[in-house]
Amino acid sequence: MSSGCAINVIVNGKAYTNEVESRLLLVHYLRELLGLTGTHVGCDTSQCGSCTVLIDGLAVKSCTTFAAQADGSSILTIEGLTEGDQLHPLQEGFWEMHGLQCGFCTPGMVMTLYALLRENPRITDEQIRHGLAGNLCRCTGYENIVKAAQYGARKLRGEN
Amino acid sequence: MIPAPFIYHSPTSLQELLSLLREYPEESKVVAGGHSLIPAMKLRLMQPEHLIDLRRVDNLRFIREEDGALRIGSMTTYAELQRSPVIQSYASVLSEAAGLVGDVQVRNRGTIGGSLAHADPAADLPAALLALEAKVYLSGGVRKRNIALDRFFVDSFTTVMEETEVITEIRVPIALDGTRSAYLKFANRASRFAIVGVAASITLNKNIFSRVRIGVTGAGTNPMRLRSVENNLRGKNVSESAVIEAAKFASKGMEFQVDIHGSAEYRAHLAETLTFRAIMESLDRADRISG
Repeated sequence: MSSGCAINVIVNGKAYTNEVESRLLLVHYLRELLGLTGTHVGCDTSQCGSCTVLIDGLAVKSCTTFAAQADGSSILTIEGLTEGDQLHPLQEGFWEMHGLQCGFCTPGMVMTLYALLRENPRITDEQIRHGLAGNLCRCTGYENIVKAAQYGARKLRGEN
Repeated sequence: MIPAPFIYHSPTSLQELLSLLREYPEESKVVAGGHSLIPAMKLRLMQPEHLIDLRRVDNLRFIREEDGALRIGSMTTYAELQRSPVIQSYASVLSEAAGLVGDVQVRNRGTIGGSLAHADPAADLPAALLALEAKVYLSGGVRKRNIALDRFFVDSFTTVMEETEVITEIRVPIALDGTRSAYLKFANRASRFAIVGVAASITLNKNIFSRVRIGVTGAGTNPMRLRSVENNLRGKNVSESAVIEAAKFASKGMEFQVDIHGSAEYRAHLAETLTFRAIMESLDRADRISG
């Protein structure tokens, strides 16, 4: 037995099989093996949430998950939210409501919000703020992120 | 930050898991949600040669009511505890504490068994589980055994578990009628860990404190029951002054931790204040069957 292992995952709807080192973190698997660099490494200490992806529908920090632990799972990254140039309503919300400045935290914000809105389409501002406790932004002060989230929520409900 | 290399195992049965633990008692670590272990491995504070993942092991992830107890599989996540209607009805303080752990992403991964086995001196769940008089069920030793949680923690990050043992289940007795509870914590703003957290579970008989259970975390070297508070309050008539008197015992008879977040005096003050507030909050909550 070696310190490597085979993993089978579905990422953004596409099946992958790879031989990886057991110690490979999911975020590095996504970025370096699959080239999906939308998922960012921020703090690398499970605080900032820039690396947030969905595993089987749940928002998780991919810097604190081994790729091996995702074997057999379905993963959604920021690249999987849409096809082509059409923005997802949440992405459009960040654009329209100035929900980002440097943009580094944005993919993680969008993925966490995506999971929150699937559970709770009529989310309140307070619920958004609580839900984003694990996503840090050093630019915006969060006000416009909340507005962006509500823009996305309204659009997902078909209201604008 | 890249952990040291290790061999990854993903057993599918308890039997397979236990034989791996017997094969590598000292060289292995068991991973549940991994949200304490993986950061430690990234810092190379821990460098297990074998990592044994519990996620595929049969029958470790469940919540059910059976024989007057709540039975909770060790791989049940914080998010599941937070949302479970069964936990909310019969052990609401556990649901409350689980909802205050870390953030959404952490709660989606972290588990009840992982929290107890890791034995962080400031973890939230132990305070609630101590107030609920939980028992921990272990497999992998000479024989299966269960142990009351207040005898489970030995020191910071240290429990009575043998290297070959694993937590399979946690059981919480269903609360008596007239029981109310609350968990309050004063959290570090950055890490969201409790500087001090207090869980109270109070049973009233007419207007008398008939049963009082207080669990504290973050105060000492490990989470513990505050028996001097419990003993002082039991049998007394319900009044704010009785709670004030009893809460004073929370700041005594314990060696409080000292770190960059607070002195011993500061923690003693928090323990007393939060004990008072957790009991008062419990009393304020509607009378119902709950933990």
